[in-house]
Amino acid sequence: MAEPASARAIAAEQATPVIRVRGLAAGFGDKLVLKNVDLDVRRGEILGVVGASGTGKSVLLRTIIGLVPKRQGRVEVFGTDMDRADTDQRQRVERRWGVLFQHGALFSSLTVKQNIQVPLREHTTFSPRLMDEVAMLKLELVGLKPAAADLYPSELSGGMIKRAALARSIALDPDLIFLDEPTSGLDPIGAQDFDELILTLRRTLGLTVFMVTHDLDSLAHACDRIAALGDGAVLAEGTIAEMRRATHPWLKAYFGGPRARAAAGAEV
Amino acid sequence: MGQLLRLSGEWTGRHAADLEQLVADAVMRLGGHQVRVDIAGISRVDTVGALLLGRLRREIAAAGGSATLEGGRPEQRILIDAADREPQDTPAPKARRENAGYGLVADIGRGVLSSVTDLKSWVVFLGAVVATLGRVMLRPRSFRFTSFVHHLELVGLRAVPIIALISFLVGAIIAQQSIFQLRAFGATVFVVDLVGILSMRELGVLLTAIMLAGRSGSAFTAEIGSMKMREEIDAIRVMALDAIEVLILPRILALVVGITLLSFLATLASIAGGAFVAVVYGGISLDVFLTRLPTTLTMESFLVGTLKAPFMGMVIGLIATIEGLNVEGSAESLGRRTTASVVKSIFMVIVLDGLFAMFFAAIGY
Repeated sequence: MAEPASARAIAAEQATPVIRVRGLAAGFGDKLVLKNVDLDVRRGEILGVVGASGTGKSVLLRTIIGLVPKRQGRVEVFGTDMDRADTDQRQRVERRWGVLFQHGALFSSLTVKQNIQVPLREHTTFSPRLMDEVAMLKLELVGLKPAAADLYPSELSGGMIKRAALARSIALDPDLIFLDEPTSGLDPIGAQDFDELILTLRRTLGLTVFMVTHDLDSLAHACDRIAALGDGAVLAEGTIAEMRRATHPWLKAYFGGPRARAAAGAEV
Repeated sequence: MGQLLRLSGEWTGRHAADLEQLVADAVMRLGGHQVRVDIAGISRVDTVGALLLGRLRREIAAAGGSATLEGGRPEQRILIDAADREPQDTPAPKARRENAGYGLVADIGRGVLSSVTDLKSWVVFLGAVVATLGRVMLRPRSFRFTSFVHHLELVGLRAVPIIALISFLVGAIIAQQSIFQLRAFGATVFVVDLVGILSMRELGVLLTAIMLAGRSGSAFTAEIGSMKMREEIDAIRVMALDAIEVLILPRILALVVGITLLSFLATLASIAGGAFVAVVYGGISLDVFLTRLPTTLTMESFLVGTLKAPFMGMVIGLIATIEGLNVEGSAESLGRRTTASVVKSIFMVIVLDGLFAMFFAAIGY
């Protein structure tokens, strides 16, 4: 059994949100895309971030993971303030998250299996046998056939690229994954499979998921909570049912449009 | 019969090496028995732990016994059950065992074959470019003049300083070495003939060609290659445009025009470099140099140098663009093609120069 002190620490960590964003502002040049974003992501939930094109969904994601420098505000991941963290602390946090980029960002000169093993090779001391087993298990978890392991990214279809990239992002058993438009470019069945996959992975690996998406079906089906971005801030936060009752004109148009109604119908 | 194995602690990737050892020991000791594995005491389990529990169960079974996992929280069991399956190894790519001699011969064969196919593809591509050029000449409005001027600036104008500099330096070095040798015969003044003729016939055009192969050929390959990777070339094709007409012809023509102008400039710079050393180091007055120069330089020498330039430009442009079009999906392939483009075009430039030397000698030029 864990000692009381560390048990307390674990309990404390469980209580704090996985991601806490306060007063975040970020942008390019003199254009501020995000002005004042406050957002919490709770442990174990799947949060969907929506917004019209250009409202800074991807910028928010990239700011949280530190790819876009922020102008103002504070980002805490696993209770660590990413600004004040030293290199060690920052790396410890970075090893606990995985990122699925919109176009996969697989290394083009490595096979799928080698891609999955990159984080394993760099951050662990697994034996070669174990490394192979882990890679093949991840491949199976994301629903790829073993034969895909030795293919290069240029030989994969769009859906397979997403799956392979997801397998790489969960290689180190992260506690948190960021998904940037995971179902874009997938056919509806493929997209639905992908939603199922995310739900399954959350169940098996206990993931927290931060998902930027446009896919109303994903929002209805996979997300526990939705945050809508607009005018550089979070317009509304809540479950899909709460979103449908929202009064903001853009939210009304988005969640009350014909496509949203179709998604709602499909859900029932 | 009926062994109980009680596991506890953290079964996570952080302790992978210890856990692997532990599993191996347990299999050694308990293989062949009926084992009940109690996993209720395990506090955390991740993919690695789950895989190793699966391995433990399978290997005990493989040794003739059986093992059942008992206890464990439901959310742990999901992962453990998912991980407990026969490792699906991909069919490893067959490593062909060849002896060294056979491999060497095969490599040479492949090398020869690939240079033959290269040569064939160059000729085919040259044909396509010339055909496009003919079509464009019939309909001059379809010529991408803006693109041509843009590339002429990049290939020609922007290369002036570096080409003038290296030609000046090489001219100076050759003059210095020649003076050093000619001094023994008291014939230092012949350095004028040497530098003049060498610069006109060979140096100017060769230095320019090599410089442009490295500077512009590589850029063409990388540009066209990355366009190929992002399907931009396909986009051009499906818009009923001709990639050769839009992308390749302006580049090759810019290279042909640019190299011709630059090689003349390089010749002048190289002679200037020679003159500088002759005056400073060889003790030949500038007057002597300048009166002797016109007597050694003939129209023939000028033509020999200048005529070669467009052909070299053509060869560099063709190789660079073909290599660009041959880029495949990976970043590695782009790097390989760019390297090949530079190496092949420099090699071909030197081969071509040799052929020209034989040709001009044969016709007595």
